[in-house]
Amino acid sequence: MGRGSLVREAFPVIIRLIMNFDFEPLPLPSLPPGRTGQVVRIQGGRGLTLRLARLGIRPGARIRLISASPFSGPLLVEVDGVRVALGRGVTRRILVRPLP
Amino acid sequence: MRVIALVGQPNSGKSTLFNALTGYRAVASNFPGTTVELLRGKALVGGRPVEVVDLPGTYSLLAGDRAEELSRDFLISGEVDVVVNVVDASLLSRSLELTLELSELGLPMVVCLNMMDEAEHKGIKIDAEKLSDLLGVPVAETVAARGIGLAKLLSLIPQARPARPPRYSADVERALAQLSEVVAPIAKATGLPPRYVVIRLLAGDPPPGTSGQPELSQAVEEAREKIASARGEDPALVLSAERHAAAVSLFEQVAEVGHAQVGWRERADDILMHPLLGYPIMVLVLFGLFWAVFKVGGILEGLLLPPLEELSQGLGALLGQGLFSQVVVGAFQGLWAGVAIVLPYLVPFLFLLALLEDVGYLPRVGYLMDALMHRIGLHGKSVIPFLLGYGCSVPAVLATRILEDERDRLVTAALAVMVPCAGRAIVVFGLVGRYVGPLAAFGLYVLNLVVIALSGWLLARLLPGTGPGLIMEIPPYRRPNLRTLLGKVWLRLKDFVVVAWPLLIGTSALFALLQALGWSPALNNGLRFLTWPLGLPKEAGVPLVFGILRKELSLVMLTQAFGTADLSSVLSQGQMVVFTGFVLFYMPCLATLAALGRELGPRRAGLVLLGTTGVALLIGLFLRGISALA
Ligand SMILES: Nc1nc2c(ncn2[C@@H]2O[C@H](COP(=O)(O)OP(=O)(O)OP(=O)(O)O)[C@@H](O)[C@H]2O)c(=O)[nH]1
Ligand SMILES: [Mg+2]
Repeated sequence: MGRGSLVREAFPVIIRLIMNFDFEPLPLPSLPPGRTGQVVRIQGGRGLTLRLARLGIRPGARIRLISASPFSGPLLVEVDGVRVALGRGVTRRILVRPLP
Repeated sequence: MRVIALVGQPNSGKSTLFNALTGYRAVASNFPGTTVELLRGKALVGGRPVEVVDLPGTYSLLAGDRAEELSRDFLISGEVDVVVNVVDASLLSRSLELTLELSELGLPMVVCLNMMDEAEHKGIKIDAEKLSDLLGVPVAETVAARGIGLAKLLSLIPQARPARPPRYSADVERALAQLSEVVAPIAKATGLPPRYVVIRLLAGDPPPGTSGQPELSQAVEEAREKIASARGEDPALVLSAERHAAAVSLFEQVAEVGHAQVGWRERADDILMHPLLGYPIMVLVLFGLFWAVFKVGGILEGLLLPPLEELSQGLGALLGQGLFSQVVVGAFQGLWAGVAIVLPYLVPFLFLLALLEDVGYLPRVGYLMDALMHRIGLHGKSVIPFLLGYGCSVPAVLATRILEDERDRLVTAALAVMVPCAGRAIVVFGLVGRYVGPLAAFGLYVLNLVVIALSGWLLARLLPGTGPGLIMEIPPYRRPNLRTLLGKVWLRLKDFVVVAWPLLIGTSALFALLQALGWSPALNNGLRFLTWPLGLPKEAGVPLVFGILRKELSLVMLTQAFGTADLSSVLSQGQMVVFTGFVLFYMPCLATLAALGRELGPRRAGLVLLGTTGVALLIGLFLRGISALA
């Protein structure tokens, strides 16, 4: 196996590994409390997306998970210095990339 | 007269400003969605009278619920001469998105940067002059809660001008320009600015007067399609994202963000909304509220009731026997019942409710209760109408306007009217609490919650469907202000004083007349179908019916029907519990029925009426069985 093909085959694998580790977006409830994530996209219809956007929850926004209530209860998050309560069903549709 | 509309995002202080400008008439509370109706008042601007209108808060002109729709429709009704855009300065960046949207309406505008104290607390410094230059409208800075900056705001209103609307990206502008040609004649007919009409068409939210035009709708579809495929998003989202970007850039030009202060208001949620601690604290807070009302009310009632008895007896002796005397004594008893039975519980309750509202605890209860509410097919926002229902059912029914989903509105309204309002609380406290004991009164409240939960569970089965779930802004805690608290208590008390009290006096007199003429036995016999199955003496029939006018009437009438203020001599404890249990649930009072009819339509209101009365009968029988066993 030549060096060329190694690079050609291994490189994408390595890239994908890194992507998987760092960049695969998570649903918001998977974020540990206290951590901040960046919204990657909203998996939902126009209605939900608009309603979230009004409160500043839109792709690119930084969202901090303050706390999660038990029994699949809602999450308390902070966006742009505003606290927002989000039902668990809603939060599963918000995909974020954890920020360090 | 010129009409000035106060427009802004929820909880930005519009109603507070309205009160400061026009006198205390609007309820202002620390949760988004307090105002759900238009409220009109008068003020003087530059020595000339103007009409000021307080609108429901709205995040965007793309309305998300009924209350927002109301605001938007009023803005485009052609009635508004000047828009005062009330902005929460501590949330400037987000608020400017609405400001930019408003600028598209082309109405003369003034921006009011309210909550300047909060902005300072957060370390945000705003260059108001620069903002004024960039937007092209006068900008005033205020702290409405303390009346600061109002004179300046008023002096700027005559200088209101249309703001500079934002420019969108080239592709969006191209689409707007293309549509404009087709829309021009139609836009003229609607009387709205053409650019606004086109933007709404592109956003997929056609304004009134633009539907049913095949040529137009085809052009709109094409334009929307083009944007959607180029951007991979609905055009409404594209417009919203672009406005957001414009608002951020504006914000960065006019504001500097320094160091925020962190105090108890920021830390309180660590405990009050703690995943575990939050719940016991909530139970303690709500339980403590009822306990305090019961305690304080009991003391006040004990002080006020004996002199009432003496006075009305003295009055009877003075006037002697006869029809006239009996009617006068009856009216007098109505007057005093208001003072001695109703006010002792109503005032402390309204005060504590106002306190919870102004601190900002209500939406937190909504958050904590969300998981539980899902069990009955609702979500946490419905908790706000429920909690308001403990005060009065009418605002509770109106508050369902903040819910986005029609099904949720129906279910919440139907359940909210079962929440014991202050009028019913008076029956619980004044009858069961006083004669049977505080534990029994508390038990009735618990029973009420259980029945509401069961009804909710049942309704969720009958009317399946899931709304979008909870999305609710949680405002910061605020230090309540005694003056505004008392103002709010008075505002709500006024409803009792001007509506219920005259009713109390009038019906008391009427009732005395019925008794003097010897008609009430016949009426009571006619109501036997109600009192007999519940095991109540037949004298309780007429008081139960009077309760339809105002729930607290049923207790006051009871003392009259038996001719004694000591009800323990005529009713057994079990009968008191049954009577109260029935009053808790049976058909809502007339004012509530009217509100239900307006919000849900007559058919659904009728169903709620039948349903609650059915539940009341079941509960009455159930309680009768229990008390027979006990
Ligand atoms: N710190 C501070 N608080 C304010 C100020 N103005 C209003 N508030 C408080 O903010 C809360 C919200 O005020 P409201 O007047 O009810 O707000 P609104 O805009 O009418 O709200 P909605 O009717 O829900 O849209 C209340 O608790 C007010 O006391 C201000 O300038 N500074
Ligand atoms: Mg308001």
